[in-house]
Amino acid sequence: MGKYILKRILIAVPVLIGITVIDYVIMCMAGSPLEMLQGPRVSEAAVEARKIALGLDQPVYVQYFVWLGQLLRGNMGYSVKSYQSVSAMIGSHIGPTLLLMGVSLLVSLILSVPAGIYSAVHQYSKGDYAVVTVSFLGSSVPGFFLSLLLIYLFTVRLGWLPSSGMTTLGTEGGAADVAKHMVMPVIVLAFSMAGSNIRYIRSAMLEILQQDYLRTARAKGIGRFRVINKHALRNALVPIITVIGMEIPMLFGGAVIIEQIFSWPGLGLMTMSAISNRDYPVIMGVCLLSAIVVLAANLVTDILYALVDPAIQLD
Amino acid sequence: MTSKDPGRKYDMEKDIGSESYLQTVIRRFRRHHLATVSLIVLAVIVGAAVLAPLIAPYDPNEIAGPFAGAPSKDFWLGTDQIGRDVLSRLLYATRISLLVGVMATLISTVIGVVLGLTAGYFGGLADMVIMRFTDMVMSFPYILLVLVAAAIFKPGLWNIIWILGFVDWPGIARLVRGNVLNLRETNFVKGNIVAGMPLHHILFSEILPNTVAPILVYATSVLAVSILDEAALSFLGQGVQPPEASLGNMLNGAQSLTVLTKQPWLWIPPGLLIVIVVMAINFVGDALRDALDPNSGR
Repeated sequence: MGKYILKRILIAVPVLIGITVIDYVIMCMAGSPLEMLQGPRVSEAAVEARKIALGLDQPVYVQYFVWLGQLLRGNMGYSVKSYQSVSAMIGSHIGPTLLLMGVSLLVSLILSVPAGIYSAVHQYSKGDYAVVTVSFLGSSVPGFFLSLLLIYLFTVRLGWLPSSGMTTLGTEGGAADVAKHMVMPVIVLAFSMAGSNIRYIRSAMLEILQQDYLRTARAKGIGRFRVINKHALRNALVPIITVIGMEIPMLFGGAVIIEQIFSWPGLGLMTMSAISNRDYPVIMGVCLLSAIVVLAANLVTDILYALVDPAIQLD
Repeated sequence: MTSKDPGRKYDMEKDIGSESYLQTVIRRFRRHHLATVSLIVLAVIVGAAVLAPLIAPYDPNEIAGPFAGAPSKDFWLGTDQIGRDVLSRLLYATRISLLVGVMATLISTVIGVVLGLTAGYFGGLADMVIMRFTDMVMSFPYILLVLVAAAIFKPGLWNIIWILGFVDWPGIARLVRGNVLNLRETNFVKGNIVAGMPLHHILFSEILPNTVAPILVYATSVLAVSILDEAALSFLGQGVQPPEASLGNMLNGAQSLTVLTKQPWLWIPPGLLIVIVVMAINFVGDALRDALDPNSGR
């Protein structure tokens, strides 16, 4: 097991380095962040001084190696815009994002696991068709449109829920206030994830229900309830783990748009403003972080497979 | 052909020998009623989009009526903030959004097929390099990559098409590679190799036709995703740029509170249209998966 994990990490390293190279190449094609500084009141000498201070006068590959060398020493660089260190910026924004992602993931699982299993057990029934149709709706509704509908309904018409931020301005905040601000973004993220999850769990469960050991269990006269809950459910853990592994990169991406709409003060909001300011060090930091998260999620998924199902051998 | 006819199973077995593959596919597809309806809906929407210059009541970019007028006899879906007809804009927007979706899907399918074929058939170093590259592209959070690229390459119609096309291919590449690895071990391909058939014949006349079905199914989901992504990008102002209308940028105005609360005719129709188009494509893709599967046995 230890050997396998080590091997996977060693494979991930060149992938990560490749990602940083692709990042850097794209950034260089984009033009200089100094364009944002230029204006009638900024002298050319000041721009030039800034250029040297940021190391932008060096050739691109030198800039890349300087950045990589700093990274290995734990320094992700400094924001061109706010002069804060990138790691500090990520540190202060990651909390709200993790909170939003975690709760959405949980809600989507609570929705999709029972729905997927119900749908598989009652295949071709009316309930099955209803569940599958709703799941198609979930993966077809653009998150931003659902957000707008929810804001229209709950904020504008009913006035029940706040539509932006994480806490009410001018108040202490508190758990109840944060929870209230979270309702709509969580609904949007969870609904769109549940869409694909339900169909995945359904088809995995259908496959499990056809296995010989389940036929044996049924033939032994064990009740339907126990067959499904004891025998089938344990084997459904593998597809459920797969679903969680697939959701994590989706969450990272989905959060960018949803955070923007609901002004949720997380990584997504920070990234969007970094993109519009061409704040390269910040964008690089976020891309790197998300790539690490995705690769780590893949690794953890594979390890969990082996733990849940002894028949899966890692090599 | 009614699906509840009890004698149907017998007929099916009797004429199974005389039925061509295409007929089997059509018969299986038609059993999915939702998908059949979806196909009709899609045909109507595509038809309306293609014929937009003929059927649109007004020029989509010309001021035709009052500012932000509610739906009326002259303007069925009302007018926008600067007096353009929403229905006409909606028709042209569908045209643009479908164009983006179809072109992006074509580009990513071509890239995915070429890379997948190369990796799967030649194996070795080519396989390793291509698959590692695929891993890299897949490890980016998708929308982040698209947003960064869109911000960098100046938003615009063709840039969006290329960006989406260059981001969507890894799934297809993996699928094709897996199929090629299986097909390479089959006797008919081995027979071709032994017979000394030229490489292009083996790749394009033997292997590729046998992977068309899964590629087609996967491409429908790429089409759905591309249309959603174009909408999201244009909504954020990083996609198709006004005055050119796309389904996403028509919703852009709803970020202002006045539009959101007072002028629902400006943002609900394009939003609903995205949902209907994407959902119809997903239903069709799902039925195709079933209909094209040689092992489905039904």
